[in-house]
Amino acid sequence: MALRFGIVVFPGSNCDHDSQYVAETILGQEAKLIWHKESSIGDVDLVILPGGFSYGDYLRCGALARFSPIMKDVVRFANNGGTVFGICNGFQILVEAGLLPGVLLRNQSLKFVCKYVHLKVENSDTLFTSRCVKGEVLEIPIAHGDGNYFADDDTLHRLEDGNQIVFRYCDPKGRITAEANPNGSLGNIAGIINESGNVLGMMPHPERASDPELHHTDGRKILDSIVESLVHHSQLA
Amino acid sequence: MYHSKILVTLRQSILDPQGKAVEHGVHSLGYGLVRNVRIGKFVELDVDARSREEAETVTKEVSQKLLANPVMEDFSFTIEERS
Repeated sequence: MALRFGIVVFPGSNCDHDSQYVAETILGQEAKLIWHKESSIGDVDLVILPGGFSYGDYLRCGALARFSPIMKDVVRFANNGGTVFGICNGFQILVEAGLLPGVLLRNQSLKFVCKYVHLKVENSDTLFTSRCVKGEVLEIPIAHGDGNYFADDDTLHRLEDGNQIVFRYCDPKGRITAEANPNGSLGNIAGIINESGNVLGMMPHPERASDPELHHTDGRKILDSIVESLVHHSQLA
Repeated sequence: MYHSKILVTLRQSILDPQGKAVEHGVHSLGYGLVRNVRIGKFVELDVDARSREEAETVTKEVSQKLLANPVMEDFSFTIEERS
C-alpha cells in the first residue's frame, strides 16, 4: 500500500510541487498538497514542509509560517511521533516552531548560494537515512540565503551527544573543512534530527536530486529511506 | 493609546556578516574611526491599552513570541502615550 505524503503549501512555498512530483512519480507513493489555512493535515503518513520563501521571508525566515493555522496540527502530529521532514525553508520553519533547536542565520557570505554540495552522513541510524552508510558522502544541491546554522554551546553539545547531527557539509572525500562549508554553519551542520528521531530538518534539497533525468539521484537515498522505514513500521503495527 | 518602538538586535555572541559588510563600506568611504557596525531591526506599533503597564506587557510578549528570536536576538523598547 502506498504511503500518503502531506505537503504543506505556505504562501511563497516553491518546492511543494517538486516534492509532490518526486513522491508520486519517482517514489510511486501518494501525495497531497495541504493549504496552510487548513486546520488539519488529515490522514497522512508523513508531513513535508517544503522549500521556498514562505511569507516572503518577512521578519525572519519561517517566523510567520509558524503561525499558519496548519502548524498547530503539524506540531500535534510531530509530538505524537508523526514523521515531519523540513527541507530548506521547511527547516527554517521547524526551528522557528521549536520542533528543532537552534536557528538559521544569514549566510556568512551574504550571498544566496545555489549549487551542488557534498554532505557527509553522520548518522545512518535514523528513519531518514537508513538506506545510507555512516560516513557516506552524498551530492545534493542547496539553494538558500539563510542556511547558517547556529545554536548555543549547550544545545550544540546536546546535539553532538545525542547523535542528532545527521548531515554535515564536506568535501568530495568526506572531510569536514571550512572550504566545504557553503554558508558558515556551526560545525558544518547541514541537517539535524530531534531527540525522538521523527523530525528532521535539512538545508539541502534531496527532492532536487531524485529524478534520473537530472543526473543526480543521491537525494533518493534519503527519500527511499523514509519510504522504507515508514512502510516497514506500518507492517509491524 | 500607547506607541511602542522596539529595537531588535543580534546578540553580541553572534557574528553579524551584514554589519561587517557595512563596516567595510564605511571604511571605504574614509571613515576609519568607525567600528563594530551591527545591523538590527526597528519595529513600531500602537497598543490600544488602558494603562502603560498593559502596553508594556503586550509589547514585551509580542517581542518575545514573534518580533525577536531569543536564540539569536535581543530586544529593547520604549513606550510613549499618544492621544
